[in-house]
Amino acid sequence: MTTHLLGDTAVLTGRSLRHILRSPDTIITTAVTPIALMLMFVYVFGGAIDVGPESYIDYMLPGILLITIASGIAYTAYRLFLDMQGGIFERFQSMPIARSGVLWGHVLTSMVANAVSLVIVVGVALIMGFRTGAGVLEWLAVIGMLLLFTLALTWIAVIAGLSAKTVDGASAFSYPLIFLPFISSAFVPTETMPAPVRWFAENQPVTSIVNSTRALFAGQPVGTDIWVALAWCVGILIVAFVLAMNIYKRKIS
Amino acid sequence: MTATQTPAIRVAGLEKSFKDLHVLRGVDFDVARGSIFALLGSNGAGKTTVVRILSTLLKADAGTATVNGADVVGQAAAVRESISLTGQFAAVDEVLTGRENLILIAKLRHMKDPGAIADALLARFSLTDAAGRKTGTYSGGMRRRLDISMSLIGDPPVIFLDEPTTGLDPEARLEVWEAVRELARGGTTVLLTTQYLDEAEQLADRIAILHQGRIIANGTLAQLKKLLPPAKVEYVEKQPTLEEVFLAIIGSDATAPATAPAPTSRERS
Repeated sequence: MTTHLLGDTAVLTGRSLRHILRSPDTIITTAVTPIALMLMFVYVFGGAIDVGPESYIDYMLPGILLITIASGIAYTAYRLFLDMQGGIFERFQSMPIARSGVLWGHVLTSMVANAVSLVIVVGVALIMGFRTGAGVLEWLAVIGMLLLFTLALTWIAVIAGLSAKTVDGASAFSYPLIFLPFISSAFVPTETMPAPVRWFAENQPVTSIVNSTRALFAGQPVGTDIWVALAWCVGILIVAFVLAMNIYKRKIS
Repeated sequence: MTATQTPAIRVAGLEKSFKDLHVLRGVDFDVARGSIFALLGSNGAGKTTVVRILSTLLKADAGTATVNGADVVGQAAAVRESISLTGQFAAVDEVLTGRENLILIAKLRHMKDPGAIADALLARFSLTDAAGRKTGTYSGGMRRRLDISMSLIGDPPVIFLDEPTTGLDPEARLEVWEAVRELARGGTTVLLTTQYLDEAEQLADRIAILHQGRIIANGTLAQLKKLLPPAKVEYVEKQPTLEEVFLAIIGSDATAPATAPAPTSRERS
């Protein structure tokens, strides 16, 4: 059965990419919220936030990118949930296809859709004055880390899509994920926070990802942050993947 | 025993419970190759559960089931090679067009030339004009026809149709019936579930009545009729049924059943 996994996944990915092309609003909606946040933080709050010599948009773009991903994956859960509600999921399951291909199709589509949203957000940031000294290697490192983060969060979205009882439930899981960057070093330096909040902010995954992305963009040394960030991403990815696969297996047997 | 001699579907002692609800309490039946077999029962009788077990979507608690000679648990992959399922809710992708839906399934069945297969099926089920439209815009009957045509890709020897006409208007129902007959003419084994007695009567070679988790009767229509006392001869004026009147008034010429009387009420329309 695994012999067809690649081919079947490609066909199913083509199918859900076509869904996105037919409703491009999902990509635009994904990009609109982070862009609005970016406008507000840069032009409203930013002036009152002291982040040192760095321009504020350069400071907060990494956090905005993570928010973009967190809101983008909600659509993956939503699309997976709709598939399971309709008869098409049962049709796929009763066909001689690689069964995990159904999930991988959604996962790869999520990667593509989020990449497009991220490009839009970065484009707007450039217009708003975002500048980076990052060279090719730094850019590749940033792209790699954002893709890894997207992949990890997408498998969380798969869990939500598989186990949700209602359409609202399928996307509600993403709210805490969208909120997480606010309690991190994404928008303000953690030094100003009260001790318990600061402890949380400094030890949650977003901060290490934000700090290393920011350092890469600024052309500064990333230190140990990048290893902590990678460990978080890989850890979340493995746990979410194993959980999602277990739920899926229980669902289809 | 060679493959051609075994029944297309063999079910023995099938049991399934959902928590405290005993949906199936020992179901046995055989379906001969190339026949249309109707599983008749009211809502909640367990028809869909049987179909889901046979199509490898659900595991039984007890009993065995083989489809095309392969065990639904031990040889699930082989079973999936030889079946096609049309579930209770039309399993079409509403965002894709009719033609794209067919191509999708043809590709997943690893067929050569999916485009040609799609075009041939669209023509066969009178959907060519709607081929480029999103199926979300299709009528219930068109959707079902597309659904059934998707099930034919790859010529699976066994097809499950779970309540194929539930929720359809009378015209669409006749279209689906014609599609099912067309399948059987091609030698496909069809297991269909229905809660409509006339549907079983119209289509099936053999009918099994599923009631409270058991098959309480199983036979041809003639055999089932013999279970009742012999028919009394009474003379009653033959009134057209409302369905016949409805079809006559709207002037459906497509697939009216042979039993329909000549339209008599056209002047009133």
